[in-house]
Amino acid sequence: MPDLGRAALIVCLGLAVYAVVAGAFAASTRRRRLAESAENAILASFLAALVASCVLLSALLRHDFSFVYVWRHTSLELPRPYTVSAFWGGQEGSLLLWLLVLTGFSAAAVLLGRRSAPSLLAWTVPVLGAVTVFFSFLLVAVASPFATQAAPADGLGLNPSLQNPYMLAHPPFLYLGFVGLTIPFAFAMGALAARRSDELWVVITRRWTLVAWMLLGFGQLLGAHWAYVEVGWGGYFAWDPVENAALMPWLAATAFLHSVMIQEKRGMLKIWNVLLVVGAFALALFGTFLTRSGILSSIHSFTESSIGPWFLGFIGVVVAGSTALILSRLPLLRSKTRLESPVSREATFLYNNLLLVAFCLTILWGVAYPILTEALRGEPVTVGPPYYNFFLKAFGLPLLILMGIGPLIAWRRASLRGLGRIFAWPLGVAVASGVLLLALGAGSSIPGLVGYTFCVFVLASIVLEFVRGTRARQALSGGSGPAAFAQLVGRNRRRYGGYVVHASIVLLAIGVIGSSAYDTTREQRLQPGESMTVRDYTLTYQGTTQERGPNAVELRALVDVERDGERLGTMRPGKNSYLAEQQVSNESAIRSDRLNGEDLFLIAEQLQPGGPVFLKALVKPLVNLIWIAGFVFVGGALIALWPDAREQRRLALRYGRAEALARA
Amino acid sequence: MIEVVLAALLAAAVVLIVAVPFLRADEPPPAAEPGQDALAAAEERDRALAELKELEFDHRTGKITDEDYRALVQPLRRRAAETLGNGASLPNETPEHPSEQHFSARSLPSSRQDR
Repeated sequence: MPDLGRAALIVCLGLAVYAVVAGAFAASTRRRRLAESAENAILASFLAALVASCVLLSALLRHDFSFVYVWRHTSLELPRPYTVSAFWGGQEGSLLLWLLVLTGFSAAAVLLGRRSAPSLLAWTVPVLGAVTVFFSFLLVAVASPFATQAAPADGLGLNPSLQNPYMLAHPPFLYLGFVGLTIPFAFAMGALAARRSDELWVVITRRWTLVAWMLLGFGQLLGAHWAYVEVGWGGYFAWDPVENAALMPWLAATAFLHSVMIQEKRGMLKIWNVLLVVGAFALALFGTFLTRSGILSSIHSFTESSIGPWFLGFIGVVVAGSTALILSRLPLLRSKTRLESPVSREATFLYNNLLLVAFCLTILWGVAYPILTEALRGEPVTVGPPYYNFFLKAFGLPLLILMGIGPLIAWRRASLRGLGRIFAWPLGVAVASGVLLLALGAGSSIPGLVGYTFCVFVLASIVLEFVRGTRARQALSGGSGPAAFAQLVGRNRRRYGGYVVHASIVLLAIGVIGSSAYDTTREQRLQPGESMTVRDYTLTYQGTTQERGPNAVELRALVDVERDGERLGTMRPGKNSYLAEQQVSNESAIRSDRLNGEDLFLIAEQLQPGGPVFLKALVKPLVNLIWIAGFVFVGGALIALWPDAREQRRLALRYGRAEALARA
Repeated sequence: MIEVVLAALLAAAVVLIVAVPFLRADEPPPAAEPGQDALAAAEERDRALAELKELEFDHRTGKITDEDYRALVQPLRRRAAETLGNGASLPNETPEHPSEQHFSARSLPSSRQDR
């Protein structure tokens, strides 16, 4: 079957080249039939990518080790779910997943665009085709998943750290997010190429960005949970360059989702918004380059390969081409309106944007500096967590407080008297909470105390927004409180979905602050029968147990856990020795308290059957709020994304009627 | 052998998909590109009306004081009235709720007396 896979990729490449050439020619000469044919080429490229993916998946499931990729990333003993996830466990397979998602999203954009923005598709299709050309070329000529060999008896197996249920979902979500940012980029470039000055592209781009941003954000949280349960160091985010690579485009997209509202409401920041769309896409490509070039040594990255220069070249083309297009269309992008007051909703959005972009650039510098230093001077340099943590506090705390301030300030301008009245309640609640937390001992970490006080302020302002909005809606339309509340959210899903997302960020912040500023760590060497304490837990090491798992020998320390004299159960930290892979992995044990969101996290080091253990115990307060925040985040994003019939009718009237008039 | 057949089927399918538009008898008219001036005027009009609605709602929720409301509402009303004449070829949004029906060309909202 490898020939079918290769043929499908070549067909995909041919279709993408056709979409670029025919699409661009059709757009410039206004040939409708050719333009439709180019659109169909985009649809057909998805079919070709799907066939190639099915060939690889079938080879994985059949353990066909004549495929070099299958031999390198699976073994006969590898459990079936991880055999499937090996699809994206290696360089070539993950690139094929990229292509599959890219062509799938492109096909969806074409099908949806034919209904909502047919005139905008003409130049969008060549841009989508150009990105597809790059990825399908890589798969055809540089990193083919269909290379073959004489079939060995067994495979080399999958990296043990990837043998975790989270690996079934984390990479696909990240790819969906990364690749999803291609669509806003293509529509923005398509609109500029077509010299469109109207805001239809903004409406379409905003929706696609929201989808990609939600998927990328959720994918990162899944990755954080994977790191927490699998990597076994007790943390969830280490400012690893590859983790940063996913965070940067997410921050740029977050900035865009805020600033695009200023463009829609006030007609401002048009150039800035196009730059953010280009920046988010370029950063997604840069993240892919970091992961795949072998330039970085990271648990998340693939081994050294020859695709790095290709990626750098493509990023260069994207940045140079977009910049040239933006510069040539500057007159179209100039705003007619200006900021009226530094104290207004649009001003807070602007401050939020500056902080997000500054944070993003700081991270970019932290990632790029060691690479540049090594390339120029040959000296390895490390930029560690203290650098990033400093800027997280410097930019993160003001961003957190802006989340509370922004929604309460009116558009255009607000007077000091009005501000005093509107902020009195959330400020009062925040100060009272801060004093209470201080009395409860939260002063052991001043940044933690400040962070929690800010969190309360933001939550209070969100609650206030919902309460005041519901009352106003009730006064307008009558009816019960719940009905008014439903009407309030239903009539402005973007705004109130956004507030739910803000609430999720507050939950995330509470979880991060609790688990990092107020955590406790104890480490002790224990003989069987000996105990240690950490916070109010007593841990007794009872000995070891060893079992043969499906593809590994599992050695575990048996640790009895008590709290305040009550026995809570036995935890089993240890290590797995993977047979085919010839690797050992730490397997931590976690006990979550559902009432207070706290985790007891155990790591067993230097463990030998029947021997002593170096037991590391961490108590991480409120850490589970981070994972709950993920679901609240998705819920809020879905509320904001949910189609609003009134808005769609308004847009259909505006743009549909305009196109009908143009046809007449 | 089956690989060759499947690859040929795939190639035939994609050629057919790409060629479908050329199998039609007539060349369809070029994609309509709406007049940018009319669209810009319609966007400006919708933006002005939306701002006015937003201001009303912010006032009602207490986010804006009466004083700020009075200072902001007049210029907005003027702008809304000006833009209602623009982009006349494109329809404006139909108000749904009775409370929003005063955002029309003939009567823009009067100053609220209830605060």
